[in-house]
Amino acid sequence: MSAGAALLLIVRRELRLSFRRPEQLIQPLVFFLIVTTLFPLGLNLELSLLKDMSPGVLWTAALLSSLLSLESLFKGDADDGTLEQLALSGQSLTLIVIGKTLAHWLLSGVALVVVSPLVAIALGIPDSALAVMIVSLGLGTLTLSWLGAIGAALTVGLKRGNVLLSLIVLPLAMPLLIFGAGATDRAISGTSAEGALYFLASLCIFTCTLAPFAATAALRITLE
Amino acid sequence: MNGSAPGMWTWFYRLASPPSVYRTAGTLTPWLLTGAALAIGIGTLGGLKFAPPDYQQGDAFRIIYVHAPSAWLSLFAYTTMAVAGAIGLIWRIKVGHAVAAASAPIGASFTLSALVTGSLWGRPMWGTYWAWDPRLTSELILLFLYVGVMSLRSAFEDPGRGDRAAALLSIVGVVNVPIVHYSVVWWNSLHQGATVAKIGKPAMPVSMLWPLLCMFVGFMCFYGAVLCMRLRGEVLNRERQAAWVREAVNS
Repeated sequence: MSAGAALLLIVRRELRLSFRRPEQLIQPLVFFLIVTTLFPLGLNLELSLLKDMSPGVLWTAALLSSLLSLESLFKGDADDGTLEQLALSGQSLTLIVIGKTLAHWLLSGVALVVVSPLVAIALGIPDSALAVMIVSLGLGTLTLSWLGAIGAALTVGLKRGNVLLSLIVLPLAMPLLIFGAGATDRAISGTSAEGALYFLASLCIFTCTLAPFAATAALRITLE
Repeated sequence: MNGSAPGMWTWFYRLASPPSVYRTAGTLTPWLLTGAALAIGIGTLGGLKFAPPDYQQGDAFRIIYVHAPSAWLSLFAYTTMAVAGAIGLIWRIKVGHAVAAASAPIGASFTLSALVTGSLWGRPMWGTYWAWDPRLTSELILLFLYVGVMSLRSAFEDPGRGDRAAALLSIVGVVNVPIVHYSVVWWNSLHQGATVAKIGKPAMPVSMLWPLLCMFVGFMCFYGAVLCMRLRGEVLNRERQAAWVREAVNS
């Protein structure tokens, strides 16, 4: 089977499995909504002040909810032996990692991007900044999925790897938060957000090209 | 293909064998400790007594003699950890992982020391203990990376697997090292720019510079000494089933 066809099969399998259990899809989104609701309630700010904080709130919530679904990236398949079978299937393990990570992004990242305008309006982000916010979240969540794939692969064999996974992935994700929230912030204040967006895009390409190999190496270590 | 390889590399493998590393580290420790004591002693004296007060910062600048070497060592120890881990991962040399495991806590301590001294310096100079500035933030990320690498190593029941996982994570985290180093160049930072390690003349008079360089040497020796001591412990613990360990401990 050609690599492209195999990749498509893996992505479709992941998507189908997730849609069979929609609660796994919806829970991180609900978590995202709850966290973004908690901030205004806890801070008790006026909408005008909230606007200044909203990019940070939005991005932090997005990082956290994306982390929630990361643990299951390889775990289910590793526990029941599917991952070993996939690794023995003759296709390269890197391809399998790429397929699973892309599927994770489609299910968590893209879903977040779709919900985000709703949250943005509730947080008082002006319409003019929505486009920048959506692009930055799209790039950021894809990067995060790649970083998360490394973390998930490193912790897949551990019984209680969830906290460790966050401990590993969040420091690496800090630049994302800085530039993602920075881009949205600039768009809100009406200045050019191009620089931050370019930086996010380069981070995204950087991880897209190197992280699959790092994640594959990590899986080899934890599975062997 | 690699007919010459055995002859070329046997000395290396012999040198990297646990008993030889244990012995070499033991021999080096007192020398490095002496060097550290001398250089840090002279550097402290020079920094506190002979260096003139800064024309802007007064005597408060003197914390640089602890802060800058700590920050430099925090990066150096991380790089050592990542390189040693990579050597362990790629060539399957066990001592590489032992060096990485020994270097991590020392590097984390230096990172903490750089952050604490930096914030103590920031209080009189910037009026705040902490600013969300690129250099400070990236140094804080470095501390978290150290914590992540150390926790990952200890999370595995199989130590070999923990070693390899930690090595991989430290290699991934290496991207942060140039970010910390160049953050003051790339971004408009509250932190002052490069003063010592830059091309051309250092932006510092000699009377202030020599104690600093002395402290750098002293901190490097101190790091080397602590690394050797920890490495001996690591090697003993990892090789506790081996016959040579019993001999070494009993003799």
